Amino acid sequence: MASHSISNPEANSNRLPDSKRSKKRRRIATENQAGQLHNSSTENQTRWKSTSEQQIYSSRLVEALRQSRRTSSAPATGNGVRKTAYRVLAAAAKGRTRWSRAILTNGLRLRQQHKKKKVKVTGGIRSRKPVVKKRLPVLQRKVKVLGRLVPGCRKLSFPNLLEEATDYIAALEMQVRAMAALAGLFTRAEAEEADTSDRLGSNLS
Amino acid sequence: MSSRRSRSRQSGGGSSTISDDQIADLVSKLQQLIPELHSRRSDKVSASKVLQETCNYIRNLHREVDDLSDRLSELLASTDANSAQAAIIRSLLM
Repeated sequence: MASHSISNPEANSNRLPDSKRSKKRRRIATENQAGQLHNSSTENQTRWKSTSEQQIYSSRLVEALRQSRRTSSAPATGNGVRKTAYRVLAAAAKGRTRWSRAILTNGLRLRQQHKKKKVKVTGGIRSRKPVVKKRLPVLQRKVKVLGRLVPGCRKLSFPNLLEEATDYIAALEMQVRAMAALAGLFTRAEAEEADTSDRLGSNLS
Repeated sequence: MSSRRSRSRQSGGGSSTISDDQIADLVSKLQQLIPELHSRRSDKVSASKVLQETCNYIRNLHREVDDLSDRLSELLASTDANSAQAAIIRSLLM
């Protein structure tokens, strides 16, 4: 998929020095990804909304959580569950989006580091200029904030960033639905277990 | 450097000048996703507002995931019986 479309430009850029070549490859890759992303974005969005996708995600998440509990000695913390949830979500994206690839390579260290930073909104004359020929700095700032919120999308162009954010939001919504449903299932299972053990206890006594 | 040049460099590639129409189109697409802005008509919501609400929405979703993660971790710790979890997996796959 992606490798096929960038194979030709790679051959052309062989003469450039290393730094420029990697930059050009990255740029071309970004453009190609943008094109592919645009084509597949609609089907991606419907994918995140389908119940089958949510079911697949739920079962994979439960499996991953059980595995992590078996292997690691430390009890499952909320943070561990969170990381696993994002990891499984990113895997479900099948590497088609930038944010999913960023999650799989970086883990979630970045998000924790930047959690405490607040964006200072400098009011004043600059943001109140009535002339809107070019994009205002305020808009640029908000775009930057958005770029920080979506993993791995800090230096993305505006259209690409919006595409990524669109897919990311749909995926997050599915994740929330799936995890809420799982929590409900586990809560009910726990209640049923308690009922069963009570009944057994009362039968024996 | 002028801001426009730095923007075009940031977007990468030769054909990188993003038209305002393209931006408006993408912003309206984004607006459709945000539940708060979905009901309002597009000509009344500025791009800045859409971006702001998008950031807020993503932050809310992150927080929901965090809360659910904490809840799931507690539930998993108490529901240690593998039988219950296996039953859940089976019910999910069916």
